[in-house]
Amino acid sequence: MRYTERAPLELWRYWTIICILSLGAMILIARLIDLNIVKHNFLQGQGDARTTRVVSVPSFRGMIIDRNNQPLAITIPVVSVWINPHEFDIHTDNIAQLLKLTNSHFSDIKQKLAKVENKDFMYLARDLDPSIGAQITALHIPGIYLQKDYRRYYPEGPASAHILGFTNVDDHGQEGLEMAYDQWLQGQPGLEKVLKDRYGNTVADEQTIRQQQPGRNLQLSIDNRIQYIAYTELLNGVQQFHATSGSAVVLNIKTGEILAMTNVPSYDPNMRPTHEDDRYRNRAVTDVFEPGSTIKTFAVETALASGKFTPYSTVNTSPGWIMVDGKKVDDDGYNNGVVDLTTILKVSSNVGMTKVILNTQNHALYNTLHSLGFGQTTASEFPGERSGELINRPIWSPFVLATLSFGYGISVTTLQLAQAYATLANDGVKTPVTLLKMDQPAQGVQVLNPKICHELLTMLESVLYDKGGTAPAARIPGYYVTGKTGTARILGPHGYEKDHHNGMFVGIAPATNPQLVVAIMIHDPQGGKYFGGDVAAPVFSRIMSQALRLLNIPPDNLNPTTTNSPSSTNNTQRNIDA
Amino acid sequence: MRLFNLQNQWRSQTNRSVLQKMHLDLALLISLLLLGACGLIILYSASNQDLNAMTQQGIRFILAFVCLFILAQIPPTQYLRLAPWLYAIGVFLLLIVLGTGIISKGAQRWLSLGLFKFQPSELMKIAVPLMLAWYLHEQQLPPRKIALLVCAILIGIPAVLTAVQPDLGTALIIASAGAGVILLAGISWRLLLLLLILAVICTPLLWHHMHSYQQARVLTFLNPERDPLGAGYHIIQSKIAIGSGGIFGKGWLNGTQSHLDFLPEHATDFIFAVCGEEFGLSGGIVLLTLYLTVIGRGLYISTKAQDTFSRLLAGSLSLTFFFSMFINMGMVTGILPVVGLPLPLVSYGGTSMVTLIASFGILMSIHTHRKLVTT
Repeated sequence: MRYTERAPLELWRYWTIICILSLGAMILIARLIDLNIVKHNFLQGQGDARTTRVVSVPSFRGMIIDRNNQPLAITIPVVSVWINPHEFDIHTDNIAQLLKLTNSHFSDIKQKLAKVENKDFMYLARDLDPSIGAQITALHIPGIYLQKDYRRYYPEGPASAHILGFTNVDDHGQEGLEMAYDQWLQGQPGLEKVLKDRYGNTVADEQTIRQQQPGRNLQLSIDNRIQYIAYTELLNGVQQFHATSGSAVVLNIKTGEILAMTNVPSYDPNMRPTHEDDRYRNRAVTDVFEPGSTIKTFAVETALASGKFTPYSTVNTSPGWIMVDGKKVDDDGYNNGVVDLTTILKVSSNVGMTKVILNTQNHALYNTLHSLGFGQTTASEFPGERSGELINRPIWSPFVLATLSFGYGISVTTLQLAQAYATLANDGVKTPVTLLKMDQPAQGVQVLNPKICHELLTMLESVLYDKGGTAPAARIPGYYVTGKTGTARILGPHGYEKDHHNGMFVGIAPATNPQLVVAIMIHDPQGGKYFGGDVAAPVFSRIMSQALRLLNIPPDNLNPTTTNSPSSTNNTQRNIDA
Repeated sequence: MRLFNLQNQWRSQTNRSVLQKMHLDLALLISLLLLGACGLIILYSASNQDLNAMTQQGIRFILAFVCLFILAQIPPTQYLRLAPWLYAIGVFLLLIVLGTGIISKGAQRWLSLGLFKFQPSELMKIAVPLMLAWYLHEQQLPPRKIALLVCAILIGIPAVLTAVQPDLGTALIIASAGAGVILLAGISWRLLLLLLILAVICTPLLWHHMHSYQQARVLTFLNPERDPLGAGYHIIQSKIAIGSGGIFGKGWLNGTQSHLDFLPEHATDFIFAVCGEEFGLSGGIVLLTLYLTVIGRGLYISTKAQDTFSRLLAGSLSLTFFFSMFINMGMVTGILPVVGLPLPLVSYGGTSMVTLIASFGILMSIHTHRKLVTT
C-alpha cells in the first residue's frame, strides 16, 4: 500500500467552488423570498381557493298541515350510504351486517362496483333511517361513508297527492302547493365557510356567513279525514263504474274553504315521480268538460230572475223534441208533456229548458254564468288551474243559447261547479274558494237574488225526492239533500261521441241549513251506466254522509221512513203534477 | 474558512479529546443531528402525525448513525484499498437489478435482502467518488486528457445503468459526485467551459432519448400551467404551499395544503413545501443554513486532508450532499424540473438517507486519522 504525497492544494479552486455553491444557495433564498413574500398574497389566495368553500346549509322545509294540524307533508332527516370504491373491499369482515342494514345483496354490489371501478363515489343505499346510519357507522368499514339528507314524506299517500304535489331532490316544489308555496315553505338556506380536502370532504367549519332560516308551516283548509273519505269513495266509484278517471270536491259553503279535493287515478308522492304522467294531474282544476244539465239550475235561475217565470210556470214539451234554427233539440225520446219549471229540473228536460231560455233576454244567461265564476280561474291559485271556456258572444243565436242552457258550448272544472252551487246555497253570495285555512272568511259578493236561491234549492229537492227525479241515489239518511245531476257526451275528434259520457252530480246538504257542497265528476264510465244520477250520485251520497257526521252537523231529517223532500209535505200540488 | 478553524484551536488546547478518540467530528455530528431533528419535526406534521412512520424513520436514523460511526473507525488507507472492489461490486449489483427488471418487465431499482430493500444505485453515490479518487490519486495532477476519458467512463457506466432503471435523479447525483472529484482534481476551467458548451449542444440529442414522462416534466417545468391537473399539478401545489406560508409560516401542524392532501408526495420528495408552508421563509433559511454548515465543514475537511485521495473523496462527498439538497429544493420551489429526489435527512424513506449520513463517517475518518503535523 502506497500512500502518495499530498498533491498541491489549490485553495483558489476551493474558493471558486464555494462561490458557486453560495450562488446556488442565494438563488434558493431568492426564490424563497419570491414565493414567501413577493407572491405571498397571490399564492395564499390560490391556496384558499383550493381549500375554503362557501357551502349552502339547507333549511328545514316547513310542514304542510291540514285544518286540524294533522301533517300532510313533513321533512324528515335521513342518511344515504355511499362507497368509495378505491377504499372499499367487498370481502371485509362486517359485510354481512352491512348488507342486512342496507337491505342489499352481495352480487348486486359486486356488479355495481365493477361498473364504477375508476370512480370515487357510489351510492349504496339512500334515504335510510338515521338510527340505521348510526349502526352502519359503528361497523367501521373502510370506504363506507354517510351523507345526511332531508327527505319529504307524505303520510297521506295518494289521497292528497294532487293538492300537495311533490319536491325534487333539491327540495324544491315541482307540483301542486309544494310548488305554489315553495318560497314560504323553503325558508332561506344558510351560507357557511368550510375547509375542504382534495376529495371534497368537509374537514372543518370556519364561520357562518348567513344563518339559515327554517321554512314556515303551511296550514290548508283541507280536512284530512274528509280528504281520505273522498279519495276512497271516489276510487270505489270509478272502479265500480269502469270509468277512466274522476274528481271530487268538498266545499264549505259559508267560508269558501276547500275541505277536500281529490282525483282518481292518483299516485304515491313518496315514490318521487320521475316522468310526466296523467296520474299527476289535479283533474279537479286542470281538466275542463262540458257540464251538461248541471247548468240548467242556473238557466232556471236566469228565467226566474227575468220576472217572466215562477216555479209554477208551465211549458209544453210535446212531442219531446223541438226544432231551433233548423236543428233538433230532444229529450232522449221521452215526451214529458206540459211541465212546470221544477219538473224541467227534476226530469232534466232539454226541450222545456230551451223553450224557457229563449224567452229571456239574450245575454242574461251569459251574465249569470259569468257572475258565478265560469270561464275564469277560481281564487284557489292552484298551479296549472284552467279557466274553462265561456265565450262572450255579441249576439247569442237561439240554438247556441239553447244548448248553453243545458250545458253545452261551455267548459268548466269540477271546482268551478262546486263554487257555483256553493254560491247558490250561500244565499247568492259568491265567496272566493281557497285551499288555505281561513281565520276570517273572505268577503263575498252578492251575485244572485237570495229569494230566488231559496226557491231554486227547494225546486232542486225534487231531483232527489220526487218520483221521476234523476238522483234518488244521492239521498242520505238523516239529512235532506238538494242537488242536480248532469250527463254530457264527451267531445271527441269527430264530434260528440256516442258511447262516451261524463256523469256528474253536485249536491248541497243539509238542505234546510246548507253547510257543504260536494261535486262529483265521473269521466267516461263504461259499465253500462253513465247517467250522473247513476254513477256520480251514489259517490256523492257516501262522501257527503260521512263528511256531515265527521263535522257533527246536526241532522235535519230524523224521520227514518221519510224520503220525501221537506217542501213536498206542504206542497202536495207539485207532487200530484209529477 | 475562519469559522471552521475554531475547532482546530479547541483541539490543540484539549489535545486529543474523547471525540477524537472515537474518530468523530463534533461540528459535523451536531449539524447532522440538528438536521435530523428538524427533519423529524417536519415529518411528524407531513405524515399527518403518523407515529408508525415516525418510528420507522427513527430506526433508519439510528441505523444511519451506527453506519456513520463504523465508517468513521475505518482509516482512509482501508478505503483506498477497498475502492476498486466496492466499485466493481456496485456495478455488478446494478447489472443484476437491470437483469431482474428486464425479467419482471417493470422498473426495478432495488434488491430485496429479506428484511429490507437495498438500492445498489445508492451505494454508487459513495463508490463512484471512491473509485475516481483512487484512480486519480496516482495520476499526474491536473489530470491529462486520457485520464479524464477514463474518469468519464468510470462515471458513465453506473450513471447510465442507473438512468435506465429509470432513476434519473440518482443518476444525476452519481454523475455530479464523479464530476466533483474531477473538479477538485484540477480540470482546467477552459476544458470545463468547453464541456458545458458541449452539454448544451447535446441537450436536444438527449431529449430524444428521454422517457415521455421525463419530457413532460421538463415541459412542465418550463410552463407549469401547461397541464395544471396532470404533470403541472405537483409544482403548482408545491408553490402554493410554500408561498402561502409567508415569512413565519402557518405554524407547525397547521398547513392546510399538505394536511388536506392538495400537496402530493408531501412526506417524501415534496416535504420541503410542508416546511415552507408551516415555517415560512424563516424555516427555509434555517434549514438551508444547517445544510450549508454541513457542506462547509465537509469542504474544510477536504482542504485539511493529507493526501490527494482523501482530499478528492471528502470534497466530492460534500459536493454530492450539496447537489442532493439543491436539486430537491430547486425542484420543490419550481426553479428546476421535477426529478424524483428526496430532501436529505428530511424526506421520509429508505436507503438514500442511510448512505448520505454514512458518507459523513468517511469524512470524519479522513479528518480524525490525520497524522498530527505541526503547521
